[in-house]
Amino acid sequence: MQQTTRRIRGVVAGVVACGAVAAVALIAACGGGRDAEMGAPPPSGRYDIGRAATAAEIAVMDIDVGPDGVELPAGQGTVSQGAKLFGAQCASCHGVQGEGMPPAYPKLVGREPREGFPFGRDPKLEKTIGNYWPYATTLFDYVRRAMPLFTPGSLSDDEVYALTAYLLAQNEVIKADATLDAESLKAVRMPARDRFVPDDRKGGAAVR
Amino acid sequence: MTDDTSLSRRELLTGAAGAIGGALIARVPALDAQGAPKPAAAPGAAPAVPPVVPPAVLPVVPVDPTKVPGLPTSAQGARSPFVTLARTPTGDITGTSYSPLQDLTGTITPSDLHFERHHAGIPLIDPARHTLLIHGLVERPSAFTLDDLKRFPFVTRTHVVECAGNGRAVFRDPKGEKVTPQRAAGMSSNSEWTGVPLRLLFDEVGATPEAAWFLAEGGDASVLTRSVPMSKAFDDALVVYAQNGEPLRPAQGYPIRLLLPGWEGNTSVKWLRRLELGTKPWMTRWETSKYTDPLASGMARQFSFEVDARSIITSPAHPGTVDKGWRNISGLAWSGRGKIRRVEVSTNGGKSWIDALLHPPVLSKAYTRFSIPFAWDGTPALLLSRATDETGYVQPTRERIITVRGAGTDYHLNHIVGWRVAADGRVFFHGDT
Repeated sequence: MQQTTRRIRGVVAGVVACGAVAAVALIAACGGGRDAEMGAPPPSGRYDIGRAATAAEIAVMDIDVGPDGVELPAGQGTVSQGAKLFGAQCASCHGVQGEGMPPAYPKLVGREPREGFPFGRDPKLEKTIGNYWPYATTLFDYVRRAMPLFTPGSLSDDEVYALTAYLLAQNEVIKADATLDAESLKAVRMPARDRFVPDDRKGGAAVR
Repeated sequence: MTDDTSLSRRELLTGAAGAIGGALIARVPALDAQGAPKPAAAPGAAPAVPPVVPPAVLPVVPVDPTKVPGLPTSAQGARSPFVTLARTPTGDITGTSYSPLQDLTGTITPSDLHFERHHAGIPLIDPARHTLLIHGLVERPSAFTLDDLKRFPFVTRTHVVECAGNGRAVFRDPKGEKVTPQRAAGMSSNSEWTGVPLRLLFDEVGATPEAAWFLAEGGDASVLTRSVPMSKAFDDALVVYAQNGEPLRPAQGYPIRLLLPGWEGNTSVKWLRRLELGTKPWMTRWETSKYTDPLASGMARQFSFEVDARSIITSPAHPGTVDKGWRNISGLAWSGRGKIRRVEVSTNGGKSWIDALLHPPVLSKAYTRFSIPFAWDGTPALLLSRATDETGYVQPTRERIITVRGAGTDYHLNHIVGWRVAADGRVFFHGDT
């Protein structure tokens, strides 16, 4: 209660201070329209709203895997295990050979065109994991969080490793007898790894 | 009240009262596919669009509405039965529906007509069980409920949301003529959003100086994730809970969504459940395999966040018609980089351009309505619009985009488009600019 009172007082004081100089230089004194609109922040800079998040609840939700793969979980899976899983869980949408049913269900497998990354020149080219995706970790992350479409989040980490292995093998990125785990997945280098550049559009007269 | 003193309410509403009803009642006119009364077919015109069959609940319409009482008040309003506004749902959970730009005026998109692009359907979320978790490079990992977020100072901003894929279909197929504004550019919508500036939340949790990017994650079945530079959080990013005066619609992220003004819509993550602060991007599926822009150089542009200036004439437009005489040419323009400075309109396919009126308020990163009076003399015309934003960027032609990026480029396809008015007054899409 005491804390709440102090906070309200702080806000009121801030508004008054802002108003007192309004006649002189409202915009400058109040930091522009936005700060004026929101009132001055509390003296502490914080509102003391919300609650502390526990390590346990963060662990449940924090499932992302970045390109370094440092977040990859324990577990492993083989290409052949992945092949069985793909047939049972994925092929109905993505096709037996990963050929997809565009546009809703993308093609997953295919290395052509192998040279030149000519997607910007030819609108007919189909992007696949093998010819377009720059990071193998993205495949693990996406399958684990979003696939299969109608039962997302239902695969174990071992199964996600197996499916990742199968799809990478089908795309000729890893060998057909490979086993993937955290360490081996981190080491995978995708064919399109160096094909991405930052956005150079900046507004202004130039069309880029 | 006795039965013989007056017409019963039921008789008035249904028109069942024989002689009286027959004099008062007329049927609603046939409606075309866009909900507008059908114009009489011009000689030689193509077969008209089959009329939409009015729904069974459509009331009978009095000839003279001043001679019968109207309907009582209701808990929720409905549109006039003479007005049919509809998106274009694909009927699947990974699909789209476009806003009916040709049927809208002003700049605000009604919330139920905001375009949709979902990646695993629209989740049903109980706000009592939903929190926004903020963690990673912060001093105080925290969880906020919807009620918590509403306690922070709020701002209200009008902003456009545009899918990076808006305009793709007409870029790929510029020859198609039977294209509406909805199909050409309806993956954009404009709303008044209310919420908390993201920087207040990041100050609250104590974002550390090392944090350079944050990951925004949705609570839908795709658990969609995008990496965003911290600079956007300290610029104009919002966590919003209201749209056009009411809580967010489920399709727009209820209970909360990220709103990154001027950036491709995919980054304004809906059903926001988690923000993680880190030092570099996560390279999620939606920023690598999707939403990257291939270039003719053999590279692909990544993190192409801003949407560049675009405009489209929304009236006249296909499948409408133009009559001889004065009318308005009206449309929408916007830029993800700031305000629209200028919209030019041509009626002769770009040989000459005239400045259109920009209807105030002209807001940053928001729809601007433009119009210009036009007297059609019955000769074929080619109507185009071209937007310039406050950075000096001028909306390019399709040919220009192909020249600088390549014919296979994707996303951010904001080329000039327009409408061909035929001698009989019919209007067709023109995308080959």
